[in-house]
Amino acid sequence: MSVGAKALAIACATALAIVLVAIYIVDFLAATPSTVKAASAPGGARLTLQTVASYGHSPHPDWVSYLVQDGGGKWHHTTVFKVPAHSLVRVTIYQYDTATGLRNPFWSQVRGTVGNSMTVDGKTMNALDPDLASHTFAIPDMGITVPLKGVADDAKNQCSVAPCPLSMAHTTITFTFRTGKPGKYRWQCFVPCAASFIFGNGGPMQSPGWMDGYLVVA
Amino acid sequence: MASEALPSGAPAERVHGRRLLVIWAALTIISVLLIVFVAGPHMPPGNFSKEARDQRHINILLAALAMPVLFGVWTCLLYIFSTFRQGEGELQDGPPVRGHARLQVVWVVATAVIVLALGAFGTEELLGSAKGAGGGQGPDPLAVPAGQKVQVQVIGQQWAWTFRYPAYGGVETSQLALPEGQTTELHVTSLDVSHSFWAIQLGVKADAIPGSDNVAFVTPRHTGSFEIRCAELCGLWHGHMHNTGVVMTAAGFAAWIRQQQAVNAPATKTLPPYSTHYFPDPIRRAG
Repeated sequence: MSVGAKALAIACATALAIVLVAIYIVDFLAATPSTVKAASAPGGARLTLQTVASYGHSPHPDWVSYLVQDGGGKWHHTTVFKVPAHSLVRVTIYQYDTATGLRNPFWSQVRGTVGNSMTVDGKTMNALDPDLASHTFAIPDMGITVPLKGVADDAKNQCSVAPCPLSMAHTTITFTFRTGKPGKYRWQCFVPCAASFIFGNGGPMQSPGWMDGYLVVA
Repeated sequence: MASEALPSGAPAERVHGRRLLVIWAALTIISVLLIVFVAGPHMPPGNFSKEARDQRHINILLAALAMPVLFGVWTCLLYIFSTFRQGEGELQDGPPVRGHARLQVVWVVATAVIVLALGAFGTEELLGSAKGAGGGQGPDPLAVPAGQKVQVQVIGQQWAWTFRYPAYGGVETSQLALPEGQTTELHVTSLDVSHSFWAIQLGVKADAIPGSDNVAFVTPRHTGSFEIRCAELCGLWHGHMHNTGVVMTAAGFAAWIRQQQAVNAPATKTLPPYSTHYFPDPIRRAG
């Protein structure tokens, strides 16, 4: 093989490698979950979420997940929520999963919400029995932690395919928090709720779009 | 600096040797002075704790000790490249060299002395006055500072740090606060995967291992805040596993811990009894 041919082969191989790396990067960036804007409400916004024991669709039908409802009432499978800065955000979470229990009971207390409290099926509470927690909605950099009570293990009419309708077994958790300056704040679940993963912390716990994501305050 | 201008043989070697020695000595003296008096006061991790101060002294000492070696190598290389470079004309081999007993002895003795001295110095730093120098020593530390200590448990979990104070009702908090001037005994553990507790400005770094108690000591020298990070890749949100700690006056700390006991009372009631680690009991797995 001549020197020119060798140089051409090296140049082609290098170009191919660059293209493959670029495709990988673009694919990675494009895989970021979409952003859903919270519905407007007097004095701020209204954020409506649901947690399901199993998403029920590809690519991971058996993964636990959060979903968010847009202002038009349509459910979206994403965990990036946009809310206004310096305003009140009223959150409603329909919780369809059974309890797993907190590994660290520290997260069983409600923190960072207005009044450091939540309502569970209409009852005001400032903490939950750690063994009854199915998930948490926590934004560590904003000091917000809300434990979510699971439905009973023997509850009838349990939901296994998202989005779940209100006719299926669920608990309703509401709370309000005040946003501060604009920024991108990560949120996560502190219950090791990823079934079949080691210590319950793999899969959906490690994947934005499922049990963690961002609160975009703008 | 052409070698042709010098006398040949042994006298020429002595001239080159003297030149090298002078250049090396000048660069070494200048660089050591810069390290000690200019860069040294700004070297990490700073002066926030007794351990951080000791670490900075070590960093200054090691950097200063490295200068003679660094400039020994660089000076020789650059001098040889510039002075003995092959010029135009016929290519010639250099003179054959068959051993140099004195040079070999000096080389072996000097490197052995440096390594052994650093080993002795490191041992003294770990077991002597520095008492562990801010590193995790496992469950049975060899070097324990004298006197009363404030005990704080550092709990790593995906992806946050929490802190438990066994002497104050076992209250757990999301912020680390330490009293100024008092030695704190940190018990570092994890509830899931391996983390590493790094209180940067305090000079503390200790692995957080599930099912293990890793003890480190720190004595903050003044009030202020410090940065806490996880130094062990621990999953998706590892980069977000950070916090800000505070060193307070003794009175400020007493008020703060009382407030934390009140604020976190609902959660404290549900915490398991204080233990040096919580894995595998309690363990709850999903599924």
